[in-house]
Amino acid sequence: MEITKTSTKPIVQEHDHHDDHHEQSFITKYIFSEDHKMIAKQFLITGIFWAIVGGAMSSLFRIQLGFPDMDLTALSPIIGNWLTPQGKIDPEVYLALITMHGTIMVFFVLTAGLSGTFSNFLIPLQIGARDMASGFMNMLSYWFFFLSSIVMFVSIFVEGGPASGGWTIYPPLSALPQAVSGSGMGMTLWLVSMALFIVSALLGSLNYITTVINLRTEGMTFFRMPLTIWAFLVTAILGVLSFPVLLSAALLLIMDRSFGTSFYLSDIYIAGEALSNQGGSAILFQHLFWFLGHPEVYIVILPSLGITSEIIATCSRKPIFGYRAMVYSIFGIGVLSFVVWAHHMFISGMNPFLGSVFTILTLIIAVPSAVKAFNYIATLWRGNIVFTPAMLFSIGLVSFFISGGLTGLFLGNSVVDINLHDTYFVVAHFHIVMGSASFFGLFAGVYHWFPKMFGRMMNRTLGYFHFWVTFIGAYLVFFPLHYIGIAGFPRRYYSFTNFETGRIESFIDLNTFVSFAAIITFVAQFVFLFNFFYSMYRGRKAPKNPWNSNTIEWTTPREPGHGNWPGAIPKVERWPYDYSKPGSDKDYIPQHIPLSKTPESNMPEDSSR
Amino acid sequence: MNLIIGIILFLSLAVVFLLFRSTEILSVAKKKMATSFEDSNNSFNAISGVVFMFLSFAVIFWYSYDQFENYFLPMASKHAPEVELLFWVTMAVTFTVFIITQVVMFYFGYRYRYKKERKAYFYPENHKLEIVWTVIPAIVLVGLIGWGLVKWNNIMGPPPKDAEVIEIMGYQFAWASRYPGPDNELGDANYKLIDVDNIVGIDFTDSSSLDDFMPREIHIPKGKPVLFKIKARDVIHSVYLPYMRSQMNAVPGMPTQMWFIPTKTTAEMREETGNENFNFEIVCNKICGRAHFSMKHTVIVEEEWEYIKWKNEQKSWIEKNPDYYANFIKNNSIDVAVLND
Repeated sequence: MEITKTSTKPIVQEHDHHDDHHEQSFITKYIFSEDHKMIAKQFLITGIFWAIVGGAMSSLFRIQLGFPDMDLTALSPIIGNWLTPQGKIDPEVYLALITMHGTIMVFFVLTAGLSGTFSNFLIPLQIGARDMASGFMNMLSYWFFFLSSIVMFVSIFVEGGPASGGWTIYPPLSALPQAVSGSGMGMTLWLVSMALFIVSALLGSLNYITTVINLRTEGMTFFRMPLTIWAFLVTAILGVLSFPVLLSAALLLIMDRSFGTSFYLSDIYIAGEALSNQGGSAILFQHLFWFLGHPEVYIVILPSLGITSEIIATCSRKPIFGYRAMVYSIFGIGVLSFVVWAHHMFISGMNPFLGSVFTILTLIIAVPSAVKAFNYIATLWRGNIVFTPAMLFSIGLVSFFISGGLTGLFLGNSVVDINLHDTYFVVAHFHIVMGSASFFGLFAGVYHWFPKMFGRMMNRTLGYFHFWVTFIGAYLVFFPLHYIGIAGFPRRYYSFTNFETGRIESFIDLNTFVSFAAIITFVAQFVFLFNFFYSMYRGRKAPKNPWNSNTIEWTTPREPGHGNWPGAIPKVERWPYDYSKPGSDKDYIPQHIPLSKTPESNMPEDSSR
Repeated sequence: MNLIIGIILFLSLAVVFLLFRSTEILSVAKKKMATSFEDSNNSFNAISGVVFMFLSFAVIFWYSYDQFENYFLPMASKHAPEVELLFWVTMAVTFTVFIITQVVMFYFGYRYRYKKERKAYFYPENHKLEIVWTVIPAIVLVGLIGWGLVKWNNIMGPPPKDAEVIEIMGYQFAWASRYPGPDNELGDANYKLIDVDNIVGIDFTDSSSLDDFMPREIHIPKGKPVLFKIKARDVIHSVYLPYMRSQMNAVPGMPTQMWFIPTKTTAEMREETGNENFNFEIVCNKICGRAHFSMKHTVIVEEEWEYIKWKNEQKSWIEKNPDYYANFIKNNSIDVAVLND
């Protein structure tokens, strides 16, 4: 104990010293910044940019699905060569749009935009650290992401169009330029971009893990960490273990594409020519891809669950119910997420016995997920609930997490999946449970920590408007897709005019309705954008602790400088969830208040928290 | 039209902005804290949640009931009712949980909305409760898994020996089918022999390929097991028969298979659906390129006697393409000589 004290002291002084004399230029402050808060904002702004691109793409292909006869010539100044002479979206462009929409939303918005923003912003502030373990690596992480973004953005405009084999880029479709024009230059750039993205994700994740393990302030034991930090920690571990597998899958694909190897290719006759590749396995790619791909969906949802845990506790003015159970279920989900990947492949042609094994493992993961949902609801019980916009988005997340999680029980059961696989049911499932839920976590986080990020408040009324339009809108968009899926409509179809004679009529109105809802919901996001950017400069100044929260980021100044706390880092004396403690006259006791100052509310259990 | 849309857009933007400014100014004027909890919006949001929930339930119930015929497909294979039973039991379980959890959550939101005089109940944990809601889902899941696995093993297990074997090959952007012919044995095929005419690459040096035939439409008999041997020529496709509740990917370089027992003929389905043009179709259900959305193949289910009659009328592929076969023999004469010995 003595050793740790003496060893931390000089570091603290050094940092103080650092603060006093460090005048930063524009470039080191805003561009090549090593400050975790600035890097978080960079990730957030880039993520917002990508969300607009990805959302706009979805509006475009929803127009094709909902209004197949619409003449889009009016849009030709923007998307000119994507249109057929009749003013419709070209079928290959449609495939490119869904591919890029998926890639952008999953990786660039909900991985980099979400983890990048909140892990960076909250880890040092909530565990009481001056900055990340390595500020330089953190900066590199953002700039690799930026490079990757540029490559991906450029790929949208190259000859032949961007990658168009679906975001899962299954070979041989993605390996053979003869198969689809997007598998030419567009696919090459996709792979390059993803390689850079993986480097960024690894640099970031290693930093998050190191920081959480090593830089916690005095008294911040593991079981006194807010659930946000637990979620970010497990997310980072998942990223470190799974992203390299995607890199290897991508490398083998690059070899197959450019250097004549046959890892994934075998017995192919295409474009009037029998290829010489033999002995490869197309299924191998799917195994490698989903070994990342499945943990990836938890990389997307766990940070949102962490954010929500924190916000629901704060805004219910109650401790989160079953803190330890929550921690264990995060770990349970994390571990299990590595052994369920083949449930994406039940009918891929792999051995049916594997299907049985993965059915069992998949449905086990529903247990910790259920525990989390129940614990959220139990936290609301007998609370004193304050509906801030962040709280509304958190409740929305729980609602989506339940709705979308339940449909997972259909898809995870191999025999039921036979008929639902690759139908709109799957689209409905993952857009609700990982798309909408994660997005709501992202919004909740922005509304909740905006005062800490920019020292100002966002407008509440616009926040409410944004929430209700988005919440209702998301349900209106994704819930109807279940019916279309049960009816056996395949996903990734450009049009259903050719699909099973006589069945096109059955859902034409519903598809129009869904498209209508999707476009309105997308447009409503600009209310959020306005609120976000306007409040950044003109919002009302935030009090130091606007939500009466316990975690220690609210002990920093209104706009924390480099090093976060001007003086010593506060010492943590208790767990973060002492809300509405009996005996206390206030309904919250921040983490840095020692038990000795609150004799009226102390409990026997406090010593073990 | 564009003008009207433009005006509507402009007006709604103006309304949003006015709303925004007025609430900002109002809250400053009232000297309310930027984060005040005593906000009339709190009740508005709590009640809206409950209203939204009940409206949604009403719409879901109405649509699910009213449109049942539309989204629930008739079942045309022997295993389809078994799969559907599990589907609907899962639906009953999940829908119950869905209703209960959403009702409880939005009700709590309304019942326990912020009141200044009340203090929340400090309730950090209850191990019994947590064990209960860990164990109950676990038991229910074990039931669903067990049931599912039994069915899965039946459906994916080895096909009956008397199954009608048909080879199906997916290629951009159509399906080809090949029947074994009178000898009941599919001849060898090799992707290197594929060309414009011989689209599946039949190897005619194998004598069992000589009677193979490739019809324009797939015919299968009602009430008999049918085994599809599935191949792909270029990229991954997926053989999907929604009415049969059957699906399997077609993978280049890796033959796959699926089997089922059709229970309704095309004619019976036409009667049942009231659609004279009804046809079973194999639809492609794995993204495969430009015309993925129109890649399909008609499947005709008929009574067994009709099927046998149809089969006997089919001419073998070499009968239909005698020139091709003659050429093939010429180019591969040595192999054929060996074969004839």
